[in-house]
Amino acid sequence: MVKEISTHTIWELLKTIPDPEIPAISIVDLGIVRKVYFEETTLYITVTPTYSGCPAMSFMKDEIIRHLELQGITNCQINTSLAPAWTTDWMSDEVKTKLKEAGIAPPSAEINCPQCDSKKVQVVSEFGSTACKALYKCLDCLEPFHHFKPI
Amino acid sequence: MSKELLFKYVLTLGDDALILGQRLSQWVYKGPFLEEDIALSNISLDMFGRANLFLEYAASLKGSTTTADDLAFKRNEREFSNHILCEQPNGNFANTMARQFFLDAFYKLFFEKLAESEDEQLSAIAQKSIKETTYHFRHSSKWVIRLGDGTAESHEKMQSAIDNLWMFTDELFEMNEVDNNMLTQKIGVDCLTIKAKWDQIIDEVLSEATLKRPENIHMTSGGREGIHTEHLGHLLSDMQYLQRAYPDAEW
Repeated sequence: MVKEISTHTIWELLKTIPDPEIPAISIVDLGIVRKVYFEETTLYITVTPTYSGCPAMSFMKDEIIRHLELQGITNCQINTSLAPAWTTDWMSDEVKTKLKEAGIAPPSAEINCPQCDSKKVQVVSEFGSTACKALYKCLDCLEPFHHFKPI
Repeated sequence: MSKELLFKYVLTLGDDALILGQRLSQWVYKGPFLEEDIALSNISLDMFGRANLFLEYAASLKGSTTTADDLAFKRNEREFSNHILCEQPNGNFANTMARQFFLDAFYKLFFEKLAESEDEQLSAIAQKSIKETTYHFRHSSKWVIRLGDGTAESHEKMQSAIDNLWMFTDELFEMNEVDNNMLTQKIGVDCLTIKAKWDQIIDEVLSEATLKRPENIHMTSGGREGIHTEHLGHLLSDMQYLQRAYPDAEW
């Protein structure tokens, strides 16, 4: 029953699962899904952690299983790979635009305020509300904002 | 290759991350201000994540039914092989930053070398850890500079933190039988070769912070062999309490 579903369909399904901490982007946008393939009748999905201590990782794995089960896919195994290490370079421009629209400055060396595009910004803390974000404030519009750290 | 030696090697890496992570977690809700509270919690989480990766690997080398949790929660003080520096109490904020700064500088250099290890799993964990440690190092070294080159009081506290923890830094570069064996097999890191670079980093930051590098008067070690300071036992009694009181409890 699993074989009739293509990996393309699985990728499309995974794209509907939001990142639990940044729901504006999906787990595929985030770049943690590395491989999707079938072997016999088992579906294998390889994921890689963003930060090694990211508490959302196990939740994201559970979400993948739950979404697949809703589609009747129960024969699935999720593997974790560490190398190559996750990098924000895997994010497309489209994803970066989604982040900006959500008020998060996308990963880049030059940081602009996501609200008013000002370059006059100041770091408040290198560590934000999640492992992947730093806290900034805009010196022009005075709005605080998160910056998705480039790693 | 002796699996037992590799197990010991990996165990030290896991223990260092675990014990430092536990120490940092003791700052949660007690940080000097909100952003710093969050920063310390974030770094603590990275350490627990790293500890999990190393201890899972160590557990797999041990075989049978050993899990990473068994290694973290069911070993006694003498069975822990972390460097003594990791277990030192948080003290004031300057003490915590000095401890972090020494260790971040060390692990930044260590993981760069470990990434070249012929052991695939160690190399993968190292590559992942370098990125995080780079952030940690930037954070801790900036604080050393800010406090050292700050007010008279912050300068004095930062200098005294550097002085008090200095005696534990030599242990980071000691090569024991396990290290030498791992080095010969191109699995482990030659800590003696990273010492010069570490010295240089420390000197640069201390000089910018207007702080003095302490003399090597009395250096201490023993953590790798399970001979710890009295602080580790207290830390473990807190960390392991639940598993000791309710063995194998899960949630």
